Amino acid sequence: MTKDRGRFRALVNWLGPFIGLILVIVLFSLMPEVRDRFLRVSNLRNVATQSVIVALGALGMTFIIISGGIDLSAASNIALSSVITAFAINAGFSPALAVLAGILTGGLIGLLNGGLITSLRLVPFIITLGMLGIARGLAKWIAGNQKIDAPLTWVTQLMVKSPRPGWLILAPGVWMMILLAALLAAVLRTTVFGRHVFAIGSNEAAARLCGVRTGRTKILIYTLSGLLCGLAGVMEFSRLTVGDPTVAVGLELDIIAAVVIGGGSLSGGQGSILGTMIGVFIMAFLRNGSTMMGWPNYIQEIIIGLIIIAAVTLDRLRYRREA
Amino acid sequence: MTERAGSGPPPSVLPLSMRGISKNFGATAALRLVDLDVERGKVQALLGENGAGKSTLMKILSGAVRPDAGRMFLDGLPYAPANPLDGRRRGIAMIYQELNLAPHLSVEENLMLGREKQTLGFLRRAETRRRVREALELVHHPEIDPDVPVQELGIGARQVVEIARALVERASLLVMDEPTSSLSQEDTERLFQIIRRLAAEGVSLIYISHFLEEVQRVADSVTVLRDGQRIFSGRMDQVTLGGLIRLMVGQEVKQLFPKVDHVVGKPVMTLRSLKGRRMQAPVSFVLRRGEILGLAGLVGAGRTETLRTLFGLDEVEAGSWEAFGRPPGGGCPARRIKQGLGFLSEDRQGEGLALDRSVADNLTLSRLRPYSRWGILSLRRQRQAAEEWMARMNIKARSALQPLGNLSGGNQQKTALARLLHQQADILLLDEPTRGIDVVSKSQIYEWIGRLAREGKSIVFVSSYFPELLGLCDTIAAFYRGRVTDVRPASGWDASSLMAASALGQA
Repeated sequence: MTKDRGRFRALVNWLGPFIGLILVIVLFSLMPEVRDRFLRVSNLRNVATQSVIVALGALGMTFIIISGGIDLSAASNIALSSVITAFAINAGFSPALAVLAGILTGGLIGLLNGGLITSLRLVPFIITLGMLGIARGLAKWIAGNQKIDAPLTWVTQLMVKSPRPGWLILAPGVWMMILLAALLAAVLRTTVFGRHVFAIGSNEAAARLCGVRTGRTKILIYTLSGLLCGLAGVMEFSRLTVGDPTVAVGLELDIIAAVVIGGGSLSGGQGSILGTMIGVFIMAFLRNGSTMMGWPNYIQEIIIGLIIIAAVTLDRLRYRREA
Repeated sequence: MTERAGSGPPPSVLPLSMRGISKNFGATAALRLVDLDVERGKVQALLGENGAGKSTLMKILSGAVRPDAGRMFLDGLPYAPANPLDGRRRGIAMIYQELNLAPHLSVEENLMLGREKQTLGFLRRAETRRRVREALELVHHPEIDPDVPVQELGIGARQVVEIARALVERASLLVMDEPTSSLSQEDTERLFQIIRRLAAEGVSLIYISHFLEEVQRVADSVTVLRDGQRIFSGRMDQVTLGGLIRLMVGQEVKQLFPKVDHVVGKPVMTLRSLKGRRMQAPVSFVLRRGEILGLAGLVGAGRTETLRTLFGLDEVEAGSWEAFGRPPGGGCPARRIKQGLGFLSEDRQGEGLALDRSVADNLTLSRLRPYSRWGILSLRRQRQAAEEWMARMNIKARSALQPLGNLSGGNQQKTALARLLHQQADILLLDEPTRGIDVVSKSQIYEWIGRLAREGKSIVFVSSYFPELLGLCDTIAAFYRGRVTDVRPASGWDASSLMAASALGQA
């Protein structure tokens, strides 16, 4: 009956952002000032490495936004996890344990978010707005309101631009991002959990009526997202080689923007991992290209703002025509 | 537990037997000692006017509401559900008027939601697909593509999906509450085919509808409720349509409506085949000065949509209309208010009133000009004006500044009506103005409507409660499935003919 239309729509859904990405890349490749540098392998590596932290946060945020929620505490959570990682290494723990501590810290914040949202029956916006302050405050407290210096270990090698051994080609963090994106795309599409994420975002009452444990699923979603923020925190520490409690301020908005540009609907029920990754790369290439062009920061901000509005407007137009 | 004498244990063969069910909400008895039996593979109709107790009875059956007294048996075994999940586990599936589907998910995902076939959390695609195909075959719609998102299906197909979902659960008792009210004729026919096939395969059904002709066609037996009591139960072929209507309406209730003498004058508003965006069909009628015009019909008959079109909430698609001798043109509610129209919404909490704002704010919101100068509001004068209106309309509140949400439904509704008077509307469009309010407030509102007509205002009065239409209106127009079937002076109608016109479309 409408099978072909469904397929077509699925194609259009990620094709839209994809065309946007190509457009950004082509545009900068044509700029005379940067065209000989922009598409070089070294620059592409650069962009990939710069995307890792936002991408890890956005992978978890995709689940949350599809389920109809939002997480404003993501960036604070990243800062807290990076501080905890640095703190643990400084305290003499092995690097592996420190990384684990960082990831689990993120997971714990996520668990708290999910637990409070379901038990207090408050909207995610409020709970995570509170957690934004709490996590940031904790990070500053633990770090004594300054940067934590930590000795160099393999952890600080995760985000280097030219990794050793050379056959890795990309930084270990970039590989982690790619593998996790593939894994989570599969989780979203082929598991019962993934299906329940969509169902809750599409019609929570109907999902509950059908026997979906909405509370438990939401806690899982926020915990998963928290763990990913924890990993992003580890990467942040690796990039800076210090634990900085004031890092990543406002980054939650970049993360949310990536999901939205990639087709995620803030009213739930829509979104995909592939779309989100495209959203991440659109923003990363824009930043990278603008910097190479020597455009000031505020120009980048204005362009990204325009892109968010344009992306969502196109989305709305498409649905209105079909409805 | 109170048991009526003679209602002993039921025959064990019945798929469902409800015995002596009673339920009180506060002081009002919603159900009194109601019995309901359903036979295997049969369609049992459940009829009654609005408020007769049908939905309460079905909520008790589903497990959403617990009865104060009475017992239930499924296949002869006691059944006392603690929640709706219990009911579903015992094979009872409810299909409501408003569909419970996740619009973004595909047909298959909706059908299997909450009972996905899985191995270690991963979906077993092949088995899932087989179960879905089976269910769609059972409802004889194998052409529905399991991969299509539900939001792309028409309303009829969505209903089919909802029924198929019940069958995936292997439901043995299906309850359908007004399943055809939003379906086209064609979809209705298809639904009936499905119902017959299901019955042939041993599924039992309870069918609730206001459309009596349909009920007569599809049901094997019928139970009629009135005022929470079972009035009649028997085979469908034992009763005529007229008999059913008499059973539902009961004796002619001569309720006392305060009659205020008033004179009906010249036309002030004329609709000529007017069709708004959400109306099913074009509508024509004439409203005269000082006239109370009742719009009768069932929920969803198109009356609300007509009022909303007139008030500029929906665009006009075809036809024309004029008010006070001029075409009002396109426009928004603000323009209609200037032109002298006032609208009282049936959804008091959702859009009619701002319940967390004060009585004074709600009352004066649509005309703040008298209390403001250069955009600055004189709160003192606003409050004084509100207090005057509260006294005139008998609105009981601690002060004009009390949040409206703290007042009773009757006082809220009087405030809503006071707002229309305060904004000096000459044509009042009232949508179910007495729904859900106490008797005293009701009669006060009736009296106000009468007095307004005497002052020369014109009133369009939408109600699903026939006695108040008959008692109050000068003229009554009956709506059936979006059309005006008949317009007569109120004296030319009685409860039975109104019911026939609303439920059967008979002029």
